Amino acid sequence: MAELHSVVCVKVVPKPEEIRVDPETKMLERTNARSEINPPDMNAMEMALRLKDRYGGRISLLSMGPPFFETNLRVALAMGADHVYLLSDPAFAGADTLATTYTLAQGIRKIGGVDLVLCGEESSDGATGQVPPGLAEWLDASQLTLLTEVSLDLAQQTARGRRESKGGYEILEVHLPCVISVKTACNEPRFMDYGIRSWALEKDRLTVWNAGDLEADASLIGLPGSPTIVTGLAEAPYRERRNEFIEGSSQEIIKDLVNILLKEL
Amino acid sequence: MVASLYGVNQEAKSIWVYMEVDGESLAGVTLELIAKGRQVCDQLGWGLTGLLLGHRVSDLAADGIAHGLDEIWLGDDPLLEHFTIEAYSIAAYQAIMAAKPSVFWLGATPDGRDLAGRLAVRLRTGLNADCTDLYINPEEERLVCEVSGFGGGVLALIEMAEHRPQMATVRPGVFSPGSPDRDRTGKIIPIDLKLSGDQIDTQLIERSFGEQVDLTGVPVLVAGGRGVDGDFKMLARLAELLGGEIGATRPPVDEGHIERERQIGQTGVVTSPKVAICCGISGAFHFVVGIEKADLVVAINSDPEAPIFDFADYCIVGDVHEIVPGLIAALSREREVAFG
Repeated sequence: MAELHSVVCVKVVPKPEEIRVDPETKMLERTNARSEINPPDMNAMEMALRLKDRYGGRISLLSMGPPFFETNLRVALAMGADHVYLLSDPAFAGADTLATTYTLAQGIRKIGGVDLVLCGEESSDGATGQVPPGLAEWLDASQLTLLTEVSLDLAQQTARGRRESKGGYEILEVHLPCVISVKTACNEPRFMDYGIRSWALEKDRLTVWNAGDLEADASLIGLPGSPTIVTGLAEAPYRERRNEFIEGSSQEIIKDLVNILLKEL
Repeated sequence: MVASLYGVNQEAKSIWVYMEVDGESLAGVTLELIAKGRQVCDQLGWGLTGLLLGHRVSDLAADGIAHGLDEIWLGDDPLLEHFTIEAYSIAAYQAIMAAKPSVFWLGATPDGRDLAGRLAVRLRTGLNADCTDLYINPEEERLVCEVSGFGGGVLALIEMAEHRPQMATVRPGVFSPGSPDRDRTGKIIPIDLKLSGDQIDTQLIERSFGEQVDLTGVPVLVAGGRGVDGDFKMLARLAELLGGEIGATRPPVDEGHIERERQIGQTGVVTSPKVAICCGISGAFHFVVGIEKADLVVAINSDPEAPIFDFADYCIVGDVHEIVPGLIAALSREREVAFG
C-alpha cells in the first residue's frame, strides 16, 4: 500500500485567562489574547508522531481559523509533521460544531488519501469532544475515541486502540480510514525540533484554502451552517461563601475545624 | 441555511432522554436527566420519553418509569449488547426520526458523547455539549442551554430556532436524581430494528471495566493541589475518617500522583458534597466550578492571598502538612471517644 498518511486536527486557542466577551456582538473577543495550540491537540500530535516513527509515512496538520494561526501552526509543524493546511475564510466565522466538522471534513477530502485523522479529546475554549465523532460522520469513516494507545496493521488496513472507559478500558479495532480522538495527557508531547525550524518557516510548507478552494456548500459553513444561536452571555455567578478566617495556633485551628466538621457531618 | 431533517413545525412536544446502561443498572447521569426532564415536562405539559438500547435490558425500563418517564422506546437486539457507535447510532436515528421529539438529552459520558456527536451530524442539527443548566423558554417553547466556556468564567445561553431535535449533553453530577416511585406506570414501545452485523465495523477485542470511582455524589471531598506535594496518602486518611473520597486539581493528576478520574473541575468531575476540604489548592476558576455546589468549603493554604479563600466558607492560612495530620489525630481521638 501507499505510505501512511495521517491528518492531525489542531486548533489554536486563546489562553483562557486572556479572553473577553464583546457586549455588543456577544462573540468571544480573542484578538488581544495570546494564543497557544489547544493543549489536548498536542497529545494527538504526539500520538501521530509516534505512529510516524513506527510505521513511516507523513503527517498533515489541519486547522480552521484566521491567518494569524500560522505562527502557532508552524511551531507544531516543527515537531515533525510534513505540511500545514489552514482553512481560512471570513465565511467560516461563527461556526458551531456542525459547521466546523463539515468544514474540516471538506479539508480532509481535499487533502485526499488520508488513512487516519487524529484529534485532541476536546478544546480548552468551549467545544467539548463532539468534533471527532461529527467529523467521522461527515467522512463516513469509523471512529475510535479517547484512546491512550493505538497500533496499526497496514496490511489488513486496521487500527486497534485502547479506549479508557468506566474505570477500565476497551480494546477496539476498526478499519481505516478512521477518526481517532486522543485522551488528554496520555503522552508527553515532544518539543519542536530546532534543527528543522527554518524548514518549517519556508513559505511552501503551509497551504491556505478558502471556501471556494474547498468547494464548500455555502449553507453548511460559518453562521448559516450553524444551527445554534448564542442568545445571551454572562459572567459565571459566584456562590456566596462566608470567607471566615480561622486564626490562632495550629492546635486552636485544628480544634475549631474538628468542631465545624463534626457539626456539619 | 442548513436544514435539519425535521424542523420545528414537525416536532413532537416531548423531551427524550438517552438511557445509558452502566453494568446492570441505569447510569447515574440518566437518572439525573430523567429527574430534570420530569420537572420541565410537568411545567409545560410535555411528554418525557426514554430511549433504551441494549440486549435483554427490558428490566431497566421499569426503573426508568419509576424515576419519571412516561414512555420508553426500547431497542433490544443482540447486536446492541455492547456499545458500538455504528449499531447505536443506527438504532437511535431510526427512533428519533420516527418520533421527531423536540428535545433530546444525553449524558456527557464517553459513549454518550460519541453517540451525540454522530447523531447531531446525521440529523443536521445542533448540539450543545456539557450544559450546566437546561430549561425551556416558555414563550417560544424552545430549549435554552447554559454552557460554560473558558474555564467557567463565561456562561453562554444557546438556543436553536429551527433545528430539531434540540440536542444537549450534560455531565454527571450537574443535576440531582429524583427518588423512584414504583407505582408509576408508563408505556413501552419496541423499536423494530433490522440491524445486521455488516453494518458494524467496530470490533471489541477485549474489555475490562474496573471499579469506577464516582465522586459526583460523595458526602465529603478532600481535594489536594500542588501544595500537598503529592502526599495523597495523607489526604486519603482524612477522607476515610470523614467517610469521603479524595480528589485533585489538574497538576497532581498530570504528575501522576493520583488517577485522572479524581480530577475535579471544568475538565474533571463536578461534585456536590456536604463538605469540601481544599488542601494546598490555589483556586483557579476551572477547579472551583467543581466544588461550587458544595454545602460548605474549607480551604487550607499557606498563601493568605490564594484565590481559593474567595470560594471558601472557612479559611485557614497554614501548612497542610501540619494542619492535616493534626486534624487526622484529633478526629481519630473523637472517634475513640464516640465509639468508646
